[in-house]
Amino acid sequence: MELIRQKPGEDRKVLGQAAEGVEVHDAEAVNDASRRELYKKREPIHPKAVHGKFRTAKWVFMALALGAYYLIPFIRWDRGPGQPDQAVLVDFADARFYFFFIELWPQEVYYITGLLILAALLLFLVTALFGRVWCGYACPQTVWTDLFIAVERLFEGDRNKRIKLDRAPWSADKAWRKIGKHAVWLLIAGATGGAWILYFHDAYAVLNNFVTGQAALTSYVFFAVLTFTTYTLAGTMREQVCTYMCPWPRIQGALIDEEALQVTYKWDRGEPRGRHKKGESWEGRGDCIDCKACVAACPMGIDIREGAQLECINCALCIDACDEIMIKVDRPKGLIGYDTDKNVKARSEGGTGSFTFLRARTVLYAVLIAGIGALMLYGLFSRAELSLDAWRDRNPNYVILSDGTVRNGYTLTVVNKASEPREVELSLESDPLMRLRVLGNQDGDLTLTLAPDATNDFRLYLSLPPEGVDAASEPIAFIVTDVETGETARTDSVFQTGEMR
Amino acid sequence: MADEDKREVDAYSGVDTTGHEWDGIKELDNPLPRWWLWIFYASIAWAVVYMVFMPAVPAPPGFDGHTRGLRDHSERANVAQAMNDLQAQRGPLFDRLQQAADTGGIEAIENDPELLNFALAAGESAFGDNCSTCHGRGAQGAIGYPNLNDDVWLWGGSFEAIRQTLHVGIRWEDNPDTRFSQMPAYGRDGILSREEISAVADHVMALADMIEPTEAGNTTGREIFELQCSACHGVNGLGDQTQGAPNLTDRVWLYGSDEAQIENTIWRGPYGVMPAWEDRLGEETITALAAYVYLLGGGERSAFSEAALDGAHQASEAGR
Repeated sequence: MELIRQKPGEDRKVLGQAAEGVEVHDAEAVNDASRRELYKKREPIHPKAVHGKFRTAKWVFMALALGAYYLIPFIRWDRGPGQPDQAVLVDFADARFYFFFIELWPQEVYYITGLLILAALLLFLVTALFGRVWCGYACPQTVWTDLFIAVERLFEGDRNKRIKLDRAPWSADKAWRKIGKHAVWLLIAGATGGAWILYFHDAYAVLNNFVTGQAALTSYVFFAVLTFTTYTLAGTMREQVCTYMCPWPRIQGALIDEEALQVTYKWDRGEPRGRHKKGESWEGRGDCIDCKACVAACPMGIDIREGAQLECINCALCIDACDEIMIKVDRPKGLIGYDTDKNVKARSEGGTGSFTFLRARTVLYAVLIAGIGALMLYGLFSRAELSLDAWRDRNPNYVILSDGTVRNGYTLTVVNKASEPREVELSLESDPLMRLRVLGNQDGDLTLTLAPDATNDFRLYLSLPPEGVDAASEPIAFIVTDVETGETARTDSVFQTGEMR
Repeated sequence: MADEDKREVDAYSGVDTTGHEWDGIKELDNPLPRWWLWIFYASIAWAVVYMVFMPAVPAPPGFDGHTRGLRDHSERANVAQAMNDLQAQRGPLFDRLQQAADTGGIEAIENDPELLNFALAAGESAFGDNCSTCHGRGAQGAIGYPNLNDDVWLWGGSFEAIRQTLHVGIRWEDNPDTRFSQMPAYGRDGILSREEISAVADHVMALADMIEPTEAGNTTGREIFELQCSACHGVNGLGDQTQGAPNLTDRVWLYGSDEAQIENTIWRGPYGVMPAWEDRLGEETITALAAYVYLLGGGERSAFSEAALDGAHQASEAGR
């Protein structure tokens, strides 16, 4: 993976040993709140590579997340002739959203609302249990930044190499490394923007059109915008996005309580910190040898030992960094690890820590998630494929005919969500004297032919002879019944007679 | 106002002041946020690019026009192009509509769902532009302006009659073929006295079953009606579409149905006018308008009946 192998001790400012075999890292928490100024130029952060179980977990998760993002548009799903066969498709042109077996119409956007509510509650639950795992593992900003840093490392080497390279005057070597890095970044950014547009058209067709210059202008615009944002947000802005632009750190900060697991420096065990000399006893002192490995590894440019802070995305890389050191100095791993503020406090007072999944707020979140999820599933599986609305003419409200008969006009909107055409029979619940006529049909013919997967409009005229008029407004209902399946749908409306109340 | 001599370093923030001072309040000379500054510079660059490519700089005073820019962009040209495209797109449907109307009449339009929807949409649009001023947005009419939704037609309610009326207008003197008839102003021109008009009104209202027959109506009223009115309205007041004479026995009254309104109508003799549209609108627009008005619900067809009933409704109909 790495083109450049770091030679131990090379070009490194010698800061001395934090413990035997452990050098102090020349790292500072440049993004710490106390050091930040709005008008100051960004101080670059050069996170050091770490190895460990959390780093491995993050590689795996990155592969899954990016794999899903790039491959999902190519999954096919047969919906029958004339229907798109892309499993996940947001079809703006035909106003449909497809997700495997689900097909949603624009008027069903409340499912999206429900999904967003579910997503919010899931985030609440996960945050109450495990802190900012969204920020640390799943947020696109984190995933892509992580990938971009890996590319950076590939071209420019690890932390100290990169610092040295940045300070070095321009040379052919520096130039090709920088150009190579930015070129690969742009390629990844372009692929990000390129994959985005695959979700809005048939993936294979739009890919072909895109390359041959025949895709819609919006495709190119979104490609350009997402390429630009990916390149700048993950390449050059990085931790500034989380620190300054993103609302999540603020919101999540409010959702975390002292019983949530967070990436925590266990100061009860680590303090008092200090350098450890060979042969010195570990009694009476903390396990932290102040080597700053955690600071050097931090992509956010902070010091985890300052405690939970807005800038910390809980990426857990400092856990791996610290564990490596703890192994070297032969102390137990987990000086930095997932723990709760409550536990740390309890241990510092001589007690023991514990963690429970069942707390009032986690139970409440879980119940809400289950309830809303069940409601949405019920809605999805009982979703009608036939529905109708009646829009009564308001201008004129009613018409008096020559013999005194009152007539109202309606536009009947019949939605056929099935993918095949069907015939429905229109009927009326009303005063038995009322007469119904469908414009375009022969007199007495109340059969409506519905186009597949479409909204069908019909003009209706409803008449009531004067002897039937006995109220200003009479309730009516339109009912359509599928001739073959017997599926019905109804809508209530009124008939205005023009009688004074 | 800026006074270089007064610039100082603010003790609290460590930032330079601008040297401005108002009643002891000083202004810090903080730099602009970098992100803001970059957007500002990008906007300036964009403005220059825009001026090069797009119409931007007006001609100096005394000259017309403006710089055209490299793209030679013109919203006027775009609108003209869009209008042409629209015409080209609609053209085939208008042709089909016209052909259907000329060969198969309204039934040919009604039986073709695509043509029906097109005629309704095109007709509604043309109606809104040309007709709604008098007849109302929903063709509901007003006093003196017929309601086109009902089944009462002064000059005929068949598709062809409506088309003809649209072509030549009503009492539109510029058109030699216009629909024409005139009711005398019986009161204003001194033909009838107020008492006589009142008696005729009584008779007319009795014909329409709106009041019980009165003594004056049955004698003077009936006599004058048969002498003066029946030539056009018929002895029984049933009207005559060839002369634009309304049926006086139905429930629809163009100029109002209370006694004072009826007397006023007889007094002044109405003279409703509609322009001839053949000089203003294309043939296919008139066809679409005629179809729209016909399909508003009151069009007259020989075999036409509104009785489209399910079984229960038919039964109740038979029982009436």
